Amino acid sequence: MISEKTITDFIYREAELLDTMQWQAWLDLFHPEGRYWIPLEWQQQDPVLQPSLMYEDLLLLKVRVERLAGERTFSQKPKSRCHHLLQAPQIVACDTTAGIFKARTSYIYTETRGDMLERYSGWASHDLVEVGDALKIKLKRVDLVNFDAPFGNIQLFM
Amino acid sequence: MTKYGRNAHAIAALVREAEVHRDVYVDPEIFELEMEHLFPNSWVYVGHASQLSKPGDFITANIGRQPVLASRHSDGSIHVFYNRCPHKGVKIASEPCGSTGKFFRCPYHAWSFKTDGSLLAIPLKKGYEGTGFGDTQASEGLSKVRNVVIYRDFIFARLNDDGVSFEDYFGESLSTIDNMVDRSPEGKLAVEATPIRYMHTCNWKMLVENQTDTCHPMVAHESSAGTAVRVWKREQGDSTEVPMAVQLYGPFMSPYEFYEQSGIRIWPNGHGHTGVANSIHSNYQDIPGYLHQMVAAYGETRAHEILGEIRHNTVYFPNIMVKGAVQILRNFVPIAVDKTLVESWVYRLVGAPDKLYERALMYNRFINAPTSIVGHDDLEMYERAQEGLKSNGNHWVNLRRLYESHEEQDVTAVINGTSERQMRNQFYAWAKFMTMDMDKRVEAAE
Ligand code: FES
Ligand SMILES: [Fe+2]
Repeated sequence: MISEKTITDFIYREAELLDTMQWQAWLDLFHPEGRYWIPLEWQQQDPVLQPSLMYEDLLLLKVRVERLAGERTFSQKPKSRCHHLLQAPQIVACDTTAGIFKARTSYIYTETRGDMLERYSGWASHDLVEVGDALKIKLKRVDLVNFDAPFGNIQLFM
Repeated sequence: MTKYGRNAHAIAALVREAEVHRDVYVDPEIFELEMEHLFPNSWVYVGHASQLSKPGDFITANIGRQPVLASRHSDGSIHVFYNRCPHKGVKIASEPCGSTGKFFRCPYHAWSFKTDGSLLAIPLKKGYEGTGFGDTQASEGLSKVRNVVIYRDFIFARLNDDGVSFEDYFGESLSTIDNMVDRSPEGKLAVEATPIRYMHTCNWKMLVENQTDTCHPMVAHESSAGTAVRVWKREQGDSTEVPMAVQLYGPFMSPYEFYEQSGIRIWPNGHGHTGVANSIHSNYQDIPGYLHQMVAAYGETRAHEILGEIRHNTVYFPNIMVKGAVQILRNFVPIAVDKTLVESWVYRLVGAPDKLYERALMYNRFINAPTSIVGHDDLEMYERAQEGLKSNGNHWVNLRRLYESHEEQDVTAVINGTSERQMRNQFYAWAKFMTMDMDKRVEAAE
């Protein structure tokens, strides 16, 4: 039975997998039809006919993960690391009969590589579905507070 | 101490027959001189007329270091001004775009200006009576950029009053813009999306050169495009349909022979393009209904002619690159000698299927975004170059690939696609537009 705590634990666990670079375990959290989305506009509605920073399916996320370890991935020499500082997730929906589970989490994300350290602030919206007795990510949406700023490389996952 | 200021000879000496001195990338004085001479002497992209659809709409931009403002006037005309109040210099508009209504109003003392720049009103006007105000430049309102040309809705401006005319500057190279516009069944493009912005800690010219550097994709992008192709081969199962994403990534891994044969065309004044015979955009799947629309609009022959022109990257010297086949323009905005803002714009082909726009937006975020793995590959190389050029081991950057002695300058030619000739072509133009107004300045100083 999915409770609000199950959802919260799931979101903390997801951040932990990213921070500890357990990429494969992170990918396993996604539903086969799952998407990872970083909009480029305020309260954006459409990921396809409006511009986004990222809108990726599982295939593309796998490419990214595989690339991070590539022998000729020069932008990962030296490697990046990341850190998520999460506020308690707000449960937006936990409807076990309809199977709708949504949460919104305010957080600060830090990505570092070599001597460089960049910090981003935003909100993650998780749309989750129950598969078997586990939750899977249908959509992880990251709304950055400064989505319209000119960033340098963002190489890992927010 | 200035080494290069007002010294046309010293600047010209930075470009040898097939080498350039590292100072063009790393010397802050050279960067300042680019802002002072190169950009004002060149025709620079300001924006697209579709961003100014109604009277009162405006956009802001920079040409070199100069802030400019373009607006649509009540009679439909478009004007470009220096973005500065004639009173005490306050920037009139501070947003990238917006609508000002019937007039601009300076936020400091409320001088106001019509959307053609002329002075509309000053509070307490009486205070200027008998002061000779009418003889000052301020009484004319916003200072105009006089040389503005709107070519098929692309707004270009040249800041210096004297210089090469728009027609002579771009010549035949405008065929790439023509082709991009003609790809709309209605012959019209529209900017609907905000640009993707990507900050690069490198000199702006590294980006421009990279647009016709065809010997790097299979090497530098093995990590991104190569991985994408590999993962797809493994995961595709019995799927016969190649996802749009893989169609976009795959061709980056084309072998040297592909790029050799696809060719480069150079034009006078530093313009040129890759992908003459074919390009990495040649084999995208057809978008249902699109060809039909094009044939209906242009007729069978012309429609195929338009769609058969699949250029890869067209460099418009000094700092934009246009990709007609996927409706993208990248503006390499110089910020400092080692800092460049890249703005990647997508145009919508008016009247064409949504799927085409979807593909253009996808290409833009796959290749041109700070979250793009292909972008990561390239930026890593530019940053390493910016660092490496500090080395005293060798002061020269080598651009000798397929060099022929006594290469003609300012000509049109089609050459082997792996040549570094377009980079040489750019540096020849660079030296020309850097020094174009310098002799005069030397005389004036004497
Ligand atoms: S500075 Fe603009 S009105 Fe005074
Ligand atoms: Fe590249």
